[in-house]
Amino acid sequence: MSGAVGREPVFPTRQSLGLMKSKLKGAETGHSLLKRKSEALTKRFREITRRIDEAKQKMGRVMQIAAFSLAEVSYAVGGDIGYQVQESAKQARFRVRAKQENVSGVFLPQFESYTQEGVNDFALTGLGKGGQQIQRCRETYARAVETLVELASLQTAFLILDEVIKVVNRRVNAIEHVIIPRTENTIKYINSELDELDREEFYRLKKVSGKKQRDNAAADAEILAARQKAAAEEAGKSPAAEEPGAADVLGEQEDNDVIF
Amino acid sequence: MASATTYKDRQLLAVIGDEDSVTGLLLAGIGHVTEGAGGQRNFLVVDAKTETSQIEQAFQNFTQERKDIAVLLINQHVAERIRHSLDSFADPFPAVLEIPSKDHPYDPEKDSVLKRVRRLFGE
Repeated sequence: MSGAVGREPVFPTRQSLGLMKSKLKGAETGHSLLKRKSEALTKRFREITRRIDEAKQKMGRVMQIAAFSLAEVSYAVGGDIGYQVQESAKQARFRVRAKQENVSGVFLPQFESYTQEGVNDFALTGLGKGGQQIQRCRETYARAVETLVELASLQTAFLILDEVIKVVNRRVNAIEHVIIPRTENTIKYINSELDELDREEFYRLKKVSGKKQRDNAAADAEILAARQKAAAEEAGKSPAAEEPGAADVLGEQEDNDVIF
Repeated sequence: MASATTYKDRQLLAVIGDEDSVTGLLLAGIGHVTEGAGGQRNFLVVDAKTETSQIEQAFQNFTQERKDIAVLLINQHVAERIRHSLDSFADPFPAVLEIPSKDHPYDPEKDSVLKRVRRLFGE
């Protein structure tokens, strides 16, 4: 009866049968819902991986352009501006803001880049020469960073979705392969146990009624025998009684009661 | 799962990379130095002389300790040096992004995330 998955420890009663049936129904509903959720997430996930691939290619190109514009700057300035830039960096002008996007109950963060106005650490960089190149380089790099931020949010979404899909699939499988078979097993067990009880009850009733019938039959036979005996006695007595008792027909003498 | 508090105050980008990459990204305006004494920078310049332990420490600092960094950009050739830390880092925040540098073209085969993508699709 109990297969590989076993059954729940319940008493085989009608009440627990009803409970198990509603549980099975719930599990099936939950299973189909989770399955659909997992499918929606997987669809999203595939889309994101495709976009990550694209964005990575794009990033390669954008960074190349940016590196080239930086080379232009060092050519125009005629020296290394690295130290100057590193030392004058104080406040981030380019920041990101995270907002949430809801995909089938999963919150995916999305970074959105924005520039803090009024902060400029590099007002003096390139003051001597190469100011124009530096300006252009900054714009190029700002665009590159925007691409990077986009890629970062895709990547974060990828990591979170990966995790969530794993969890959801685990749940789907657990319901499909453990909870539903086990509940079905329990229902089967309760049903067979109840049937067994039914058969027992039926047999008992049959037994009882058979005994009653036998008793009745015995009682009937006894009465019949008694009556026959009485009748025989009567028959034996009557020829003798006919002579003196011819006048006795009207029944002054008590008859035996007739019992049917 | 990421709750709202873990990333609402993450605003900054951080970078670990060679001088050119860092300079360029700083020009874009991502540079930030925390206020007060011993202000922490959100960037690290790596050259041939930089110790791997130093990179490691900066990586741990940016990913674990600082709570205001949303995205960590790291040059791929630098990432190669601390690959095991990168591979074992799986949190969604901050997002670690490998970027190409001028001298080292981008190789998608080495990227931690792309490796996972490939593994997932069985390629």
